Amino acid sequence: MGKPEHFPSETAKPAISKAELVRRLSSVLPEASLLHEEEDLRPFECDGLTAYRKIPLVVALPENERQVQAVLEVCHRGRVPVVFRGAGTGLSGGALPYEHGVLLGLSKLKNILDIDPLARIARVQPGVRNAAISEAASVHGLYYAPDPSSQIACSIGGNVAENSGGVHCLKYGLTVHNIMKVRFITIDGELLEIGGEGFDAPGYDLLALVTGSEGLLGVVTEITVKLLPSPVKAQVVLAAFDDIGKAADAVANIIGAGIVPAGLEMMDKKATGAVEQFIGAGYPLDAEATLLCESDGTEEEVADEISRMTDVLNTAGATEVRISRNEAERLKLWAGRKSAFPAVGRIQPDYFCLDGTIPRKQLSNVLKRIEEMETTFNLQCANVFHAGDGNLHPLVMFDASDDDQLHRAEKYGAAILELCVEVGGTITGEHGVGIEKINQMCVQFQTRELNTFHAIKFVFDEHGLLNPGKAVPTLQRCAEFGAMHVHVGEEKFPDLPRF
Amino acid sequence: MSDVIQQFQETIRSAATRRAPLRIRGSGSKDFYGLHLDGDILDTRAYSGIVEYEATELVFTARAGTPLREVQEALAENGQTLPFEPPHFGPDATFGGCIAAGFSGPRRAYQGSARDFVLGVRMLNSSGEDLRFGGQVMKNVAGYDVSRLMAGSFGTLGLVLEISVKVLPGPEVEQTLQFGMDESAAIEAMNRWAGQPLPLSATCYVDKSLYVRLSGAASAVSAAQKKLGGDAIEGDAFWYSVREQTHPFFADAKSLWRLSLKSTSAPLALGPTLSEWNGSLRWITGAGELERMYASAVSANGHATLFRSGDDVAAIQQLDIGMLTLNKKLKQALDPEGIFGPRRLHALF
Ligand SMILES: Cc1cc2nc3c(=O)[nH]c(=O)nc-3n(C[C@H](O)[C@H](O)[C@H](O)COP(=O)(O)OP(=O)(O)OC[C@H]3O[C@@H](n4cnc5c(N)ncnc54)[C@H](O)[C@@H]3O)c2cc1C
Repeated sequence: MGKPEHFPSETAKPAISKAELVRRLSSVLPEASLLHEEEDLRPFECDGLTAYRKIPLVVALPENERQVQAVLEVCHRGRVPVVFRGAGTGLSGGALPYEHGVLLGLSKLKNILDIDPLARIARVQPGVRNAAISEAASVHGLYYAPDPSSQIACSIGGNVAENSGGVHCLKYGLTVHNIMKVRFITIDGELLEIGGEGFDAPGYDLLALVTGSEGLLGVVTEITVKLLPSPVKAQVVLAAFDDIGKAADAVANIIGAGIVPAGLEMMDKKATGAVEQFIGAGYPLDAEATLLCESDGTEEEVADEISRMTDVLNTAGATEVRISRNEAERLKLWAGRKSAFPAVGRIQPDYFCLDGTIPRKQLSNVLKRIEEMETTFNLQCANVFHAGDGNLHPLVMFDASDDDQLHRAEKYGAAILELCVEVGGTITGEHGVGIEKINQMCVQFQTRELNTFHAIKFVFDEHGLLNPGKAVPTLQRCAEFGAMHVHVGEEKFPDLPRF
Repeated sequence: MSDVIQQFQETIRSAATRRAPLRIRGSGSKDFYGLHLDGDILDTRAYSGIVEYEATELVFTARAGTPLREVQEALAENGQTLPFEPPHFGPDATFGGCIAAGFSGPRRAYQGSARDFVLGVRMLNSSGEDLRFGGQVMKNVAGYDVSRLMAGSFGTLGLVLEISVKVLPGPEVEQTLQFGMDESAAIEAMNRWAGQPLPLSATCYVDKSLYVRLSGAASAVSAAQKKLGGDAIEGDAFWYSVREQTHPFFADAKSLWRLSLKSTSAPLALGPTLSEWNGSLRWITGAGELERMYASAVSANGHATLFRSGDDVAAIQQLDIGMLTLNKKLKQALDPEGIFGPRRLHALF
């Protein structure tokens, strides 16, 4: 295990001045790729977790892999911390800048390098938007399966760094299941090829290890993704329920019937209400819970599966079951789901989108307890989530300009995450730990496990320069957090601010 | 069972103090694989049994020493399967060995690998500490993915105690089709069909025949069968023989090479070949020369593994210098005393 002195610090400081850093970086980057004036840095101050903002020392926007490598070499030599940024849609603050470091954006590496339709793979740069891959592959009847709701904006590099999922992941897997190979540069500038164009690679499975590593182990500069044949047909069933518990049972019954839907999503009344106001997807407004259940495949498979799904949903007590009659209807039903976050954002200026994942059988229990906590914290929470995977997205709504609300929202979020751990789940299913859930890592893991993570970090980044203070907490942080932390439910005066 | 874990912990701690190698082993069905088998045997079969299984969760958790057969029987009772169709390579293969080896069977190209289906592990490290990574849920990105790292590590990074995997319902029906053709045509056909929405679940080319398995809803399988043609073959015996390497192709092979390549790579002409996974997996028999195998695999965008060999060999896989350094450092970080299966996977770690 890593020795204690190897543990990365959360407060790393560069060994060189900002002026010197700018001088060194300007010798490896074109002028337009290096920003260091306050007004140019401002647009990079946060990612999708807008409640936290910081200004980096400089922003580097390299145009190619060689420049990425050169920036890292400069930073490594000058012991300058580095935070990577894709499209900045992350919801856990992974791309939040570090005030004593470089923010390295990959947005200029945005080419699809190659699509090989017969081998069904595409080679892309990290700044390519997720949706652009499927758009480009569609002429070959192929697509890239993982489809985060942010897919029109988020980058494939960010997807790899977060191991992102999407509504189709129940059937088609997460990012880790849909990539073959990455080109990866570690902080010392070493370029590695991890994975291969075959299904596996020699040595340990480092592709799994770097996927989801949140920019703590190195930067992804090229990705070879797997492409799948586009299904001939897809159809979605909408089912309304007058009780969340019944909807949760319906989810279990679908899986129990041996069906693996292409997507199985749930929204509660608050979420459907927000969506209807925002885009009018045609969701039933009086339903306590609405399920979207998709089938895709050949004509025959879809026809079979839709009829089996409908049976299960009716038996489970759905008050309404509606099947999309054509592609336009199907897309409209999904458009509502995919715009749920911005729709909620319309109602309340700010929200925390949590990401805990639980065993499916705990769905109704956990949703009930989340609702009860609304009164405890005096805040509203809408739920829209990947029910088939048990991956919740409670949206805790608040107004960040009110410090007290922000504080209560943070505590509400923390309480939800701890509840997920308590019922045998995890604090994050797909959005990553980032800065947002760093304290809850201390709840999910023991010191001995954190030590393993630190030992792995040390292998890749011994000076702890990459994304300091994110994803894996220091033992010191956990000790402090543990000392002041009282477990939810045992807390006597939850409304009293602590410290 | 906690006494068994205690026993394991003592064994590991004592080995660590003495820096004496330990050889983690289930039934030994994969003993053929690797370079060196050093050290005292730590038999995982003492730690056996299903920990948790609820079919509607699609999650299955069992102890490492549980016979793989038992795992598959329990799943079959609920119409579910291990989707990666693991080879056993022996009647008493264990679940832990199956994951530690990380081997996947014919379905791999369509459903995913052993590693893909791992959700979480409980393991002992070289200090005997009891660790848990991942979990029993479908999605989990908290911390680095140590659980999937364990798949294919052959017990060289720690003792895996329990594993949770995602399981899936088995297909309603299966149908195998046979087509006579040459290797190039077969490679082309496998890839072309894989790019179409067909319910494929296995492909294999051997002895001038291409075998294709269709799995899924009866309606979809029969529609695909009509479209593809070929001769229908009864039963699953062919796929069993490919998966377990009991097919005559594998008989008396002095050395067996496994090449994992870009699927569309042209025939390699390195010796008798059996191809699976749309052509991305090629088994080659004959005493192929090491350097030549490595070089051919690299030029086909992949890598070669000496999977079985009659002789003592210097290496079973080739790593470039950057990856070698990283692998070595990782092994040292997770097993600083170097007790877990040293030099089984590579002469330098
Ligand atoms: C409306 C909305 C809906 C969303 N829906 C989903 C969803 O359904 N499923 C889901 O999983 N997520 C979802 N997200 C979250 C987010 O879009 C994903 O996490 C996405 O993968 C982030 O990509 P990005 O390019 O924006 O990365 P960024 O936010 O820029 O960065 C994310 C992390 O990755 C690191 N990083 C970025 N690029 C690289 C690189 N090339 N190499 C190494 N590290 C890198 C950063 O340092 C950071 O830690 C949603 C977000 C929004 C705003």
